[in-house]
This record gives sequence, C-alpha cells and structure tokens, in this order.
Amino acid sequence: MKHILKLHVNGEDYEILTEIHKTLLEVLREDLGLTGTKRGCDLGTCGACTVLIDGKPSLSCLTLAAAVRDKKITTIEGLAKDGELHPLQKAFAEKGAIQCGFCTPGMILTSKAFLDENLKPKEEEVKKAISGNLCRCTGYVKIVEAVLSVSEKQ
Amino acid sequence: MHKLNVVGKRSPMLDALEKATGQARFTDDLSLPGMLFGKILRSPHPHAKILHVDLSGALKVKGVQGAISGKDIPRKKYGIVPMAKDEYALAIDKVRYIGDEVAAVAAASLDAAEEAISKIRVDYEVLPAVFDPLESMKPGAPVIHEEVPNNISASIRKEFGNVEKAFLESDFVFENDFETQAINHAPLEPHAALSTADHSGKVTLWSSTQIPFFLRRNLATTLDIPESKVRVIKPKVGGGFGQKIDLYAKDFCAAFFAMKMKKPVKFVYEREEMFTSTRQRHPFRIRLKTGMKKDGTIHAQQFRAIADGGAYNSTAPLMITLACYFIMLPYRLENLLFEGYHVYTNKPVGGAMRGHGIPQVRFAVEAQLDMISEKMGIDPLEIRLKNAFLAGEPHPAKLLVQSCGFSDTLKKAAEGIGWAEKRGKLPFGRGVGLAGASFPSGVSNMSHISSGAVVKIERDGSITLLTGAADIGQGAETVISQIAAEELGVLLEDIRITAADTEITPLDPGTFGSGVTLRAGNAARMAASEARGKLLEAAAEKMEADIKDLEIRDRRVFSKENPERGMSFQEAVKVYQYSDRPMPIVGTGSYMPPAKEPTTLLKEDGNFSPAYSFMTQAAEVQVDTATGKITVLNMVAAHDCGRAINPMLVEGQLEGSVVGGMGQALYEDVMTEKGQVLNPSFLDYGIPTAMEAPSINSVEVETDDPEGPFGAKESGEGTQLAPAPAIINAIYDAIGVRFNILPVTPEKVLEALQKKE
Repeated sequence: MKHILKLHVNGEDYEILTEIHKTLLEVLREDLGLTGTKRGCDLGTCGACTVLIDGKPSLSCLTLAAAVRDKKITTIEGLAKDGELHPLQKAFAEKGAIQCGFCTPGMILTSKAFLDENLKPKEEEVKKAISGNLCRCTGYVKIVEAVLSVSEKQ
Repeated sequence: MHKLNVVGKRSPMLDALEKATGQARFTDDLSLPGMLFGKILRSPHPHAKILHVDLSGALKVKGVQGAISGKDIPRKKYGIVPMAKDEYALAIDKVRYIGDEVAAVAAASLDAAEEAISKIRVDYEVLPAVFDPLESMKPGAPVIHEEVPNNISASIRKEFGNVEKAFLESDFVFENDFETQAINHAPLEPHAALSTADHSGKVTLWSSTQIPFFLRRNLATTLDIPESKVRVIKPKVGGGFGQKIDLYAKDFCAAFFAMKMKKPVKFVYEREEMFTSTRQRHPFRIRLKTGMKKDGTIHAQQFRAIADGGAYNSTAPLMITLACYFIMLPYRLENLLFEGYHVYTNKPVGGAMRGHGIPQVRFAVEAQLDMISEKMGIDPLEIRLKNAFLAGEPHPAKLLVQSCGFSDTLKKAAEGIGWAEKRGKLPFGRGVGLAGASFPSGVSNMSHISSGAVVKIERDGSITLLTGAADIGQGAETVISQIAAEELGVLLEDIRITAADTEITPLDPGTFGSGVTLRAGNAARMAASEARGKLLEAAAEKMEADIKDLEIRDRRVFSKENPERGMSFQEAVKVYQYSDRPMPIVGTGSYMPPAKEPTTLLKEDGNFSPAYSFMTQAAEVQVDTATGKITVLNMVAAHDCGRAINPMLVEGQLEGSVVGGMGQALYEDVMTEKGQVLNPSFLDYGIPTAMEAPSINSVEVETDDPEGPFGAKESGEGTQLAPAPAIINAIYDAIGVRFNILPVTPEKVLEALQKKE
C-alpha cells in the first residue's frame, strides 16, 4: 500500500508517494535518488547505510521511513555546506582513508556525529566510535588518522 | 634516472572526492527506465538431482515478467580457467551445494521477484553428499561431477632437485600437519549486475567485476553469442579481493533476461548470498616435511596439500600451481616435492582470494620454521636470513628474480617490532613473531595475457588515457595515471582516465594476480612514450633541435643542453597541429609479461611472473590468559614493492591486507554443517572492526625492479600471506603454545593453556 510521506532530507522538504513498509534506506536510494547511502548488508551489521537522524548516526536499513517523518535527515550528499566540503570529506580524501569507497559515506557521517560531540578525542575513542562501520580495504589506520586530523583543527 | 615528478608522490586517489561526497556510482546505484529486478532461487540441498522445475506459480505473480531454470539456458559451461570449465550459469540436471543456482525471475519490483521465487516448485532427488575433502578423495565417495570420478579436479605433483636424496643428506627432519579454514572475502559492496540489450542482440552489462574482459568472454560463452555482442562496463567497484573475478549467475541472468525481454534488468546479491554462493578462500589440509642441515640450511621440503574446493573449480589449477611455486620463494630451496590436490566437496566454492593458495602453505612453512629454529637453537630471524633468496641467483624452479629485497624486509620488520629486545624476553602473555613471503607481480592470465593502453594528447594539452585495468578501490586508475603523467612530463591533473569498458578500452587481464601496476602501468608508459615521441618530433622540427636533446617536464618541452630553449607543452601541441600532423596525438602500448601461463607450469618449468615482491610481517600480541582473548598490539609490514608509484596508496594496501590477515589468524571462518553455512552475516562471521585493528607500521623496501614501470612491483596482495603465521609465532612467544589450525579463537587458547598446565 502506498502513502504520502513527508521527509526532511538535507535541508529540503520532500513529499513522496511510496509504499508504507519501505525502509529509510530504500526511500533515500529509490525514491529520492540519494544513492550515496549504501546497502552493504540490509541487516544493520555493516554501517554502510548510516545517515544522521537529528544529528545522530542511524542505520537507515533498520529504520522505517514513515517513522522519521518529523526528523532532520542528513545523508552524505547533504554534508557539504554552500558548496564547501566538510573537513572530514577533505581529510578522508587527502589522507588516503578512502579505497573502494563503499563504506566511506557511512564512515564519514558516523565520524561527523562523533566529532560534533567530542572535540578532542583520543585515538581509542575514535576507533570505538567507528567500530560499527566495517571497512575491508583500509585496515582503518588512515580513517582514524583522517578523523583525528580534523579534530585537531577544530 | 632523472628526478621523478609525479611518480613517488602521495597523491590522493583521483576519485576520492567523488567517493567522499556520495557521487561515485557503484552498480547498484545505477538504474534505467523500465528496469526490472531479478532474484535467484537457490538449492536447499547439498547434492541432488533436479527432476523438475515448475515455474508456473512464479509467472502468475503480479509484476513478474519472466522466469527461467537451467533447461532454458544454453548448455554452455564456463570457468575462469579454460581447462577447468565445470559450471553452468544455472544448474542443469544437478545441484552440488546449498546455494547453487536453480532458477531466476525478473519482475517489475523486488517484492514481486521475491514472492515469485517462493512460488517456484522444484522436485529434487536428494543424493548422498560429501563434506570432507579427505572423505571425498576415498573410493566410493559420492561423485560430484560425473567427468571427475575421483573428485580430484586439479592436481600437481612437481619435484625440484632430488628430494629423496636430500632428506637422506639432512641432519634433522621435521614433519607437521597444518589446517586452514574457509575465508570469505567480504567486500563491502554486494555483487551486482545491470544489463540492457538492443534489437541487434547486443548486450551491455554493468557489473561489480574485477576483470571485465574475462567477464565478457564468459558471458559470451554462456549466452552463446559472439564476444562482439557483449559490452562489459565496470562502474565503481566496492572491493573485490579476488571474489569478483568470476562470472556469477547474476551477470548471466541479468543479460539473459535483458536479451529476452528487451528491458533493463538488475540483480543484486544479498549479504547471505555473498557468504553462501560466491567464492571463498580454500581450506587446506597440509602435511609438511622439512629436512635441515646442521648449519640451518633448509635442504628439502615435501608437501602434501589438499584443498577443499567446494562444488566447482573456479581457479583450481591456477590456485594449486601458485601454492606449489611459492614454496620456492622467498627462501633458497633446492629440493621440493609438492603434491597438491583440489578436491570437490558439496560445499561453497573456493576461488581466488588475496594470496590465492599461497597463504595456506605459507602458514605451514612459517609456523614450522619457528618450531625448527627452536629445536635447533637458532633465532627465527637468523634462520630466515640465512635461507633468504637473493636477487640474481639462479633459481631452481627457473624463476627469474631480478630484484629481491627480502633480507631487508626481514631486518626492517624485526627492527620495527623490537625483535632484539623483545623476542623471548617479554613477560608471559606477551610475545613477538615474524614470517616472510613472496608473491608474483602479475600472473599471466590464460588467453588474456597482455595489457594495452592508449594515450591521446588533446588540443588543449590535456591527456586522455584509456586502459582496460579495473580499479576496484586499490587506486589502479590513479597509479596508472601517475605513470603516464611522469612519462609525458605533465601533471597528474592533466590526465583524464577512462577505464574498463570492453568496447572502448584496450584488452587487459584485469585486477588479477597482482599485475595491474606492472602490466597496465607498463602499457600506459609505452603508450605515453609513443605519444611523447610524436609530439617531440614536431617540437624538434620547430626548434631545429635533435629530438634526443629534448625533454618534457612540468608541462614544458625544453632542450636538455640548454634548458632555457623550449616551449610550453600546450605550445608544442599547437606546433604539432600546425605542422599538419593528425590530431589527437595518439600513442598505443601493449605489454606482455615475460612469463609462462601458470597452467603450463603444472607440467613444465619456467618463469612464473615478470617480477616478484617480497615481504615480512612482524607481530606483537598480548594474550589474556584468563579469557583466551588475543590482542594484536602492533604489526610491522615490511614490503619490497620495487619502487612505490604512490607511497600513500601502497601503505593503504599494506594496512588493509594486514588487518585482513589478522582476521584470518584469529577470527574468520566460514563454518558449515552438512554443507549449510552457519554464519552467513557480518555479525556472525566477524571481520575485524576498528577496535581490533592494531597499530601498523608500513615499511617500504625499495628495490627498483628492471621489469616494472619506474621499477614498481606488487604491493597489497602478498601482504596477506604472512600476517597469520607472524601472529601465530608471536602467540607461541607469548604463551608457549603452538597452534597449527586456524583460526586461533579464545576457546582454543583456553583449552591449550589448560592442557599445558
């Protein structure tokens, strides 16, 4: 069954006619064309689908779209401000923290939410914060470096 | 060699910002108008005859537009190694493991496709199954493929030197058994395929593939159409590690339905399918006998290695050849008898995975070397240094090793981990260990041997580079562009690279056998050199100079003798153009490695690879003796990758590979019971998270290989050969317990500690 869903994504208001059972991941990717949010497992185990819901990292594959109609959703596409990339996006690129890039959107959003709350984190805290986001390429070394480099500039 | 401007720089990957902003498109991110969604029905039985498939229920589901089973497709077998084709895109007559493909549907929505799959009725006659490779090799075991009555689908028996005599000459003989487990590559991006077909019968396929040209060949074979009717395009690929070298049912079915219905069709695998129905690292049973001379020389080795291949061959003959040949490096070994078997079982299928048959045998050799060094009272580092192969030595297996920094990797890894201060000297529960390895830089791929490249210098002085190399996240496009930019004397940002579209880019073996930098890099360099020569010819004419006196650097053409004389790169292009020469300036290159196809090495001797990389991993571990939990504190990855084209990307390769290797030492295991995978999810399988990742020190040992482009060799794959034995050797140093079976879980540690008391 379809229903009209109002969503607030990346500062824009959307009104979508879509199936009521759809997850936020499905709506973002299929109805809004925001394919930066990745489907890695659809089971809430890899973190690739992480988006920010009212600033908190959340697994969009385990979230019903209808349940977040009053929330502010931020995807990787909405992280740049006025054409200026978020420092984490730049740092991930410059520090070699991106290889295949499939975990990157989720990893960056988790890191952003973490840095918003933790100005000067220790390495162990960063590792703990991103431990729900799996990466098979980098061994996490350069990801942690990138996050720490941004926190140092804050 | 003159000073390098672009090669050797820590340049970010060319597509890093695309990936950081969500703009990078992977196969599942693509959609086309009117696109259908596909799903595959898989076998619930490990071994059964298919008596009848009734698709009528599926076809009645609203939105379903097509359903097929094995009897609807061309009876054409495929395989990655031509001599070992044993697989149909959908099972015909028989299923051979739980997860084998039986039928497929295409529907207007994924929901409809899922419902349709549940409505397909299949009558099976369940057959006896076999799950253990040793059982499978016995006479009377269930036969999995009729053409292979003994279930041994690939084998190698190869002797170098005189092994019997060498064992008699040995002062000490050691014999041990080792076992390794099944590992899933677990790339974050699930396998996906999207296909369209036009009315001329031409198929276009976007696929998460590591080797577009092989996929084209296998797709043409299975669809039974000419290669020219198949175009494979590789979008961004979210990691592969070897799992994405094969054709899968999703590729075939997407194309088959697209041809049949003239509509775009997409298939995406679920994570569970990734674990049950793609490929995995072969579990090995190994018996290793080693003969030693009193002075610590490794005099003879005898291997019996049995690889559990699962239900199909995939790369079987190649995998078993790699396992054999890479016992002959990185140590000097005159006498080796290697018997290797690839055995069918009714389980998930083995295939190429980072290291490809070598990590298993390397684990045995490196773990045993530590036992030997203890018994003989020689330091494990010393025994390795003593036997380390050196560049230019004649090789008993006729491998041509032109550069070899193995000894240096040993020394640097030992230094990095604090070997002298720590080995045998740390408190109980803490220890260090190391292990060495060697890997080819480019395995010759059967029938797709050479790598091609096209370089075009455009009117505005920018460069278009076409390569068939497949970037799957390792940064191939960046590295190849750096090589071309260096050769042309321009900047990296001047290069626009188009990669991996079988209709546009030249043939390339793909991301396979660690050959991308060397093969495609050499081809790009040759193409760049040719285009450069054409440009310089025009510039020399204008400058009334000898072309040999001209140089290009930093976008400037100038005389070497009188550097003041010259012109900008763009001006040279203008000069070229105004001299009525054809535009754009095109250079082509093709590189064929001076090496044999590995499957010929099953029978005859010869050189395996254009170059060989060498590496040592050192580990420091902490064992919690109360819980059995092992923490890897530090890893040092010392790697001879020739010259690093991009040191930052090399480090990234080493770091990722080390953590993968750690997972294989301590956590990962695709567990099965009666052929059923018990842990087909990230949660149950458990790849390392950031919490487990150790501190990693990457040490590049540069050797400048004469065959590699600007001296470059392999970097990331070989790194996964030695972390497991290094960690296992460190655990022994920590608690005095030897583990010969991987992975070393806390339960095993506790059990072993109790036994020890």
